Amino acid sequence: MSTKVASRTRSAATPWHELILGIGKAVPIFLGYVPIGIAYGVLARQAGLDLFAVMAMSVLVFAGASQFIAAGMFGAAASGWSIIITTLLVNLRHLLFSSSLAPRMARFSTRTLALIGAGITDETFAVASAEPAAQPHHPLFYYGLNLTAYAGWNLGSFLGAVLGPLLHRVADLPLDFALAAMFIYLLVAQVTGRALAVTAVLAGILSVFFAAGLHTKWNVVLAALIAATIGAGWERWTKRSG
Amino acid sequence: MDKTFWIIFGMAVVTYLPRALPLVILSKIRLPEAFVRWLGFIPASVLAALLGPELYLQNGGVALSLDNYKFLAALPCFWLAVRTKNMVLTVLFGLAVATVLYLWI
Repeated sequence: MSTKVASRTRSAATPWHELILGIGKAVPIFLGYVPIGIAYGVLARQAGLDLFAVMAMSVLVFAGASQFIAAGMFGAAASGWSIIITTLLVNLRHLLFSSSLAPRMARFSTRTLALIGAGITDETFAVASAEPAAQPHHPLFYYGLNLTAYAGWNLGSFLGAVLGPLLHRVADLPLDFALAAMFIYLLVAQVTGRALAVTAVLAGILSVFFAAGLHTKWNVVLAALIAATIGAGWERWTKRSG
Repeated sequence: MDKTFWIIFGMAVVTYLPRALPLVILSKIRLPEAFVRWLGFIPASVLAALLGPELYLQNGGVALSLDNYKFLAALPCFWLAVRTKNMVLTVLFGLAVATVLYLWI
């Protein structure tokens, strides 16, 4: 009970500070999203989508990897349902992010949770989950974090969609590596112990195996579920015996 | 509204539900501690599972060779991330190394 009162006073005293804090934490995401957004905008225009469709996807879907894939599928004249089902598969990993963040948002209203949920991406999740769970944030922290990332993604998409037809050379450069570099940083920041390091290596190997060996689009979800289960079990076992 | 818009709308719906539903439902119930601890392993495993195929697969096959610029560029990126713990620096450095390797290979 006392922690509940304490965190409530903390939140009530500093909501704007929390907003600024959230925006500040999202600055690297913003800087990472703009070039990837440009790459998406350029590629989507080249795939034949018009400015309205390119922006509608960024505004409504806001999920990078699936938007690149969808742009490619639109370009290849894939069926609507196959685009939607592929999007569902690629973005199903958000289930894990959302579940993982739920315990620290137990005091938020349903409407607040429904809004924060809309902004969960690989990167906003990684930043939010790196915050100490013992000191709960005000919802404004998450709004600041998610909306800054959202702004970066839409700004990049718009620039790419407008400039795309003019400078298609950009698509030749490996701008998508910005995403990989950001994942590398976030992974390094997440791995704070031996059990997590073992889990990460295992997840990487399993994901490659599922994708290349079994040709399944479920590689990320399957690999993450198996590796997390083995990692958590291993940690429990070593703690008990050591 | 044309067909493209309705496909994008469908993409938005199937993307939004897995994002928001667990947050809305699971935050209302007290989760068992073992489950919460298991969830703590999810971020690292998801990031590694996303990175693995991104770095080590080329055209559907495992590519641990010197002409895979992503695999090569990732090595100094890991080193810099561990040393500096700085996201902006890691991303900018990674982009620079990847661009150089990409144009060179």
